[in-house]
Amino acid sequence: MNKVQERSQEVLAIRNLHVSVGEAEIIKGLNLTVNPGEVHAIMGPNGSGKSTLVNALAGKPQYVVTKGEVLYEGMNLLAMLPEVRAREGVFLAFQYPLELPGVRTWQFLKSAVDAVRTHRSLKELSVREFDRLLTEKIKIAEIDSELTKRSLNEGFSGGEKKRNEILQMLVLDPKLALLDETDSGLDIDALKIVAQGVNQFRGPSKAIVLVTHYQRILNYITPDYVHVLMEGRIVKTGGRELALELEEKGYDWIREASGVARE
Amino acid sequence: MTQVLTKYDKYVTAFQSLERSQAAREPQWVRDIRQRALSRFSELGFPTARRGNENWKYTNVGPVANANFEYAFGASRDGEKAIELRGIAPWGQDWVNLVFLNGRYSEVLSTKPSSAYAARVTNLADAFLRDGEVLEKHLARHATFDDDGFTALNTSFLRDGAFIHIPEGESVQAPIHLIFIATGSDRPSASHPRTLIVTGKHSKATIIESYIALSPAPYFNNAVTEIVVGDQAQIEHYRLLLDNTEAFHIGTSQVYQGQDSKFTSTIFAKGAALGRNNIHVLLDAPGSSCVLNGLYMTSGTQHMDNYINIDHAKPHAFSRLNYKGILDGKSRAVFGGIVVVRPGAIKTDARQSDKNLLLSRDAEVNSKPSLLIFADDVKCGHGATAGHIDGDSIFYMRSRGLDIDTASRLLIYGFAREIIDTVQVEPLRVYLEKLFLGALPSFKLLFGERA
Ligand SMILES: Nc1ncnc2c1ncn2[C@@H]1O[C@H](COP(=O)(O)OP(=O)(O)OP(=O)(O)O)[C@@H](O)[C@H]1O
Ligand SMILES: [Mg+2]
Repeated sequence: MNKVQERSQEVLAIRNLHVSVGEAEIIKGLNLTVNPGEVHAIMGPNGSGKSTLVNALAGKPQYVVTKGEVLYEGMNLLAMLPEVRAREGVFLAFQYPLELPGVRTWQFLKSAVDAVRTHRSLKELSVREFDRLLTEKIKIAEIDSELTKRSLNEGFSGGEKKRNEILQMLVLDPKLALLDETDSGLDIDALKIVAQGVNQFRGPSKAIVLVTHYQRILNYITPDYVHVLMEGRIVKTGGRELALELEEKGYDWIREASGVARE
Repeated sequence: MTQVLTKYDKYVTAFQSLERSQAAREPQWVRDIRQRALSRFSELGFPTARRGNENWKYTNVGPVANANFEYAFGASRDGEKAIELRGIAPWGQDWVNLVFLNGRYSEVLSTKPSSAYAARVTNLADAFLRDGEVLEKHLARHATFDDDGFTALNTSFLRDGAFIHIPEGESVQAPIHLIFIATGSDRPSASHPRTLIVTGKHSKATIIESYIALSPAPYFNNAVTEIVVGDQAQIEHYRLLLDNTEAFHIGTSQVYQGQDSKFTSTIFAKGAALGRNNIHVLLDAPGSSCVLNGLYMTSGTQHMDNYINIDHAKPHAFSRLNYKGILDGKSRAVFGGIVVVRPGAIKTDARQSDKNLLLSRDAEVNSKPSLLIFADDVKCGHGATAGHIDGDSIFYMRSRGLDIDTASRLLIYGFAREIIDTVQVEPLRVYLEKLFLGALPSFKLLFGERA
């Protein structure tokens, strides 16, 4: 009984997850538990499976879960369609946000917010209510409000795309944010803005999984845990200091220590 | 020739009985043109040959040639008064409307401008009597019928249609709307809508041609429009092909442009069983420029063929072509035509693009834009693409909470929007937005994978 209660408090519980893309198994028995209020950083070499993990959690169709389970707030996440996961409060900031020619940012965000609200049995926002919400979040993400009149991400700079992901997160107000290298390709000011957005979002009921290559972002967003993902598994977990150690020493020492073969 | 004649007997018979019945009030030169056109049609027939027929390579007009379309002599005009234009066509409060039912002018439905109006907008039968000089100079001079059976046939039946004349220096604010309605009857009918637009130096106007069906009955629309764009004139031309799915629509626009003139053509096609959109632009003076936009949407077994020739005859002319197609079912789109840069036409700037979005695996595109360049120092380019809806884009949208259908619709509409957004006439743009958005749900959506 006690145990069940404890379990349902976790925002995310991943047990022995295996994910394949095509013929290849990329995630090979991964375990991770994220509690409300926590920030987990995931680091790891290129191609180790970080994006595969977060995309599988968001429900990308090509990423096939062959084994294991994922509970999101006690529910079977893997049984939900991608859009249902989103409406239930799972948000993925893409490593490479897509450009949607002709799809106006404003229209897109309004439709998304309405889809989420309808799912939660809330009334759709009026244009004015939505504009108020958008204006407030635009300030936090420090995005030029002209951008919301343009096609989503079309012709946006790399940094603008990343900030636009943060804007979408703030507007949709999820419970679990999966941020896939949202700090990559940002100048110092933009990095601070993104960090500020994430910190605004952070709270006792929220959970954040932050995929990154650089410890720099962790100066602004202090993680509760830092995990190292290699060869489809988490091979080491530590605190903030682990990120610094990785920056200094690279990944080879972990490979040796954890017995992961060099590719 | 005899063989051809036999095959097209019905057209010849219709021609003869029309000549007998009502030619009396028309000028002799009109009758002469018709007679010559008929002889030429008798020789040419329809372009049904499957070999050595480059212009019609991917489009089989056999069904048009073999069908038994009759000239709508005495098509019933019952219910003419009851037709509510607002309900069936784009509508603007201040627009001038000329309405044709099965090719015949409808006084009742038209709203001709008052005599104080800056431009001449009337039906051709009226213009024959009162605008002889302009007509004789331009009518059938631009859309020649020497090598085009459809234009020859249209010209054989040239007895009414639309005439627009914008005098030098006049700028007409309200759009002029030409509405060609097929009312439908038990017998499949042929009509040959004809339009002549002559615009003077420094003039400005917006002209819309709409082709609309009131019933699902089959018919054959064989339309020819001649447009003369005067020096420094700015003409916007829209063409809406809203035929029914049984219809055959062959439409030709022949455009002649003067110095520093600007011509914009936008075509929206959604409907016909077989549609062919011929546009020929002759950039016959330095500084002339044309922008040709198109959006077509097909499903089922529809066939849409856009055949566009742009003739850069003089230096320093500019042309842009941007066509987009959305194809579903087993439908097929063809894009062809040639951009020619004549010797001496230096500083030509020409670009063509034809992009297609395929919503089904069975839809097919044959896109073959071509360029013939005989001058140096020119900027020319063309491209054609055909692709399916991008699965990753759909996933991106789903990850924000949108379901597949909503996501697909936003993407398809996003694709179409580029063309719709170019429409300058507000009520027309709103009408087209509704029309194309409304058509989207009926499309079976397909892309990479469907979870
Ligand atoms: N759609 C796909 N098709 C084929 N292979 C894929 C696909 N997605 C991922 N992979 C492969 O899976 C492996 C892990 O890729 P993933 O993108 O998850 O790595 P990553 O850890 O996010 O790397 P990076 O740090 O470079 O972003 C790589 O070898 C990659 O080539
Ligand atoms: Mg990655």
